[in-house]
Amino acid sequence: MSYFVDKKGYYGEFGGAFIPEMLYPNVKELEDNYLKIMQEPSFQKEFQELLKEYVGRPTPLYFAKRLSEKYQTKIYLKREDLCHTGAHKINNTIGQILVAKKLGKTRVIAETGAGQHGVATATVCALMGIECVVYMGEIDIARQAPNVARMKMLGAKVVPALSGSRTLKDATNEAIRDWINNPVNTHYIIGSVVGPHPYPDMVARFQSVISEEIKKQLKVHENRENPDYVIACVGGGSNAAGAFYHYLDEEKVNLIAVEAAGLGIHSGESAATSILGKEGVIHGSKTLLMQSEDGQITEPYSISAGLDYPGIGPLHAHLYRSKRAEFISITDAEAMTAGLELCKLEGIIPAIESAHALAVFNMKKFKESDVVVLNLSGRGDKDLDTYVKYFKL
Amino acid sequence: MNRINQKLKENKKLLSIYFTAGFPKINDTVSIIENLEKSGVDFIEIGLPFSDPLADGPTIQASSTKALDNGMTSEVLFNQLKDIRKTVTIPLIIMGYFNPMMQFGIENFCKKCAEIGIDGLIIPDLPVDVYNDNYKAVFEKYGLINVFLITPQTSLERIQFIDKISDGFIYMVSSASVTGSQNAFGKTQDDYFKRIADLNLKSPQIVGFGISNAETFKQATKYAKGAIIGSAFVKYLAENGTANINKFVSGIRD
Repeated sequence: MSYFVDKKGYYGEFGGAFIPEMLYPNVKELEDNYLKIMQEPSFQKEFQELLKEYVGRPTPLYFAKRLSEKYQTKIYLKREDLCHTGAHKINNTIGQILVAKKLGKTRVIAETGAGQHGVATATVCALMGIECVVYMGEIDIARQAPNVARMKMLGAKVVPALSGSRTLKDATNEAIRDWINNPVNTHYIIGSVVGPHPYPDMVARFQSVISEEIKKQLKVHENRENPDYVIACVGGGSNAAGAFYHYLDEEKVNLIAVEAAGLGIHSGESAATSILGKEGVIHGSKTLLMQSEDGQITEPYSISAGLDYPGIGPLHAHLYRSKRAEFISITDAEAMTAGLELCKLEGIIPAIESAHALAVFNMKKFKESDVVVLNLSGRGDKDLDTYVKYFKL
Repeated sequence: MNRINQKLKENKKLLSIYFTAGFPKINDTVSIIENLEKSGVDFIEIGLPFSDPLADGPTIQASSTKALDNGMTSEVLFNQLKDIRKTVTIPLIIMGYFNPMMQFGIENFCKKCAEIGIDGLIIPDLPVDVYNDNYKAVFEKYGLINVFLITPQTSLERIQFIDKISDGFIYMVSSASVTGSQNAFGKTQDDYFKRIADLNLKSPQIVGFGISNAETFKQATKYAKGAIIGSAFVKYLAENGTANINKFVSGIRD
């Protein structure tokens, strides 16, 4: 079995491009060109240079000594939190802005939930001098004010999504509608491994630099390329896709995807999509998604704004269905505790998304000899307010 | 013969009206359909509301949200429509997004449509190739026509492919836009309408998106067989309720 996308844009039974005819030319143009563009030497040169000089790659693979001692196993943290703008999101936006330029696009749109992808998109648009419009749910705009300010400082126009539940899924709808209305000059930078083919594959390829580096760095640390486990959190699933990518076909490497259980899987306030979701179509992709019996998409909940998406990328739906990856869900409380623990043990304040991955060490016992790589997808600066309120600091 | 194909043979420009089932009130569905037929509409698109209608503008989004809040589901709609063929003879089409149909079960959904006397479906986010590979057989088994869309950006090759596999008519989207966002048609649209007319496709074309009044209806049907009004009618219902539907319709055909 292959875990990579097939020629028709599917991962097993998931994926595809369930898009209105109005989007067909845009998506087709991208599908016909993305691999060609990504293979061009001039593209690769510019992409690699920007990752190095602008993003600050390679990010360290850091042996977390005190955390390892506590959990009696060997834990390495892949420090995506040290990327420019504070998370792995920029790996993808750098790649896509270069694709947009090659396609001759003069305007970029994006959706954002917590604002991290919006900031990463606004950043690369500023870098390239391209017009940028970011759609963000009205409710998210109110609760993520610092990131809204960042996007504005970077020159982006932030447009509130006023429809539906006024959060990430509705911001995505609005971005798609904008693309329908502006089919010729606009590129849509999707922020995760979701959406119609070729987005899940394209975003995974841009994020795959994470596991490419892990392989090289682990060789230096441990004299082996493959760890026993790779752990990453999954909302839509872009950081996990990047951390898993070069290990997908290495069946001896155990993959652990961590979802947000919110207040508890069956509390009605959760974002554990693989467990609660059913097969369906969201934002142009056939995948697992949280929905009512009648097929209306429901609003997920997590304390972490980056994990409360009602679907997961089709790659992850396939990894779940095929049992290639183990899916674990972590509650708000477990994640917050694990986040604070990393602060105290390692002097690193993690994003609450990444804190969900860290909480796995309390859920699952690893062997002392196991080498476990955890993708620390983002830093916690953006979450200070939530940490402060939660722990009454 | 399917009622849609029979209607397409009539020697006149056809007027189709879209409304969202369950809006403004949950039980308005049957009376809206009956009044539209009495007002002289040629066929009707019954919108099955969806939480995330990607191809729709604010008017139809808002009516969908309201309809869902009112309790509309596929099951409720089918129940409301179970005796519709006792009173209504014009073609009826259900327009909705793919996910609710998938959850109902595609075969079940088609079977229900056939039992009620629905003639066709419009599913904007079910791509032509996926339909052709996976669902064509079941649609045909139940005598349902699946209507495909083309837009000003659709390539000639693709238009010809869509024409080839189409039964009934082609839904011609007037401009690069979501529903309800156009107020008037200019030269760009006129050129596009003429360009498509000159292809002499086997399937008649019905224009949708951006038709709101007598003037735009006339422009849209200069070359095409007919036109569809959606958002403007939904807006009318929001403002006026279901009384005087005939006033809206006669205003279009004047």
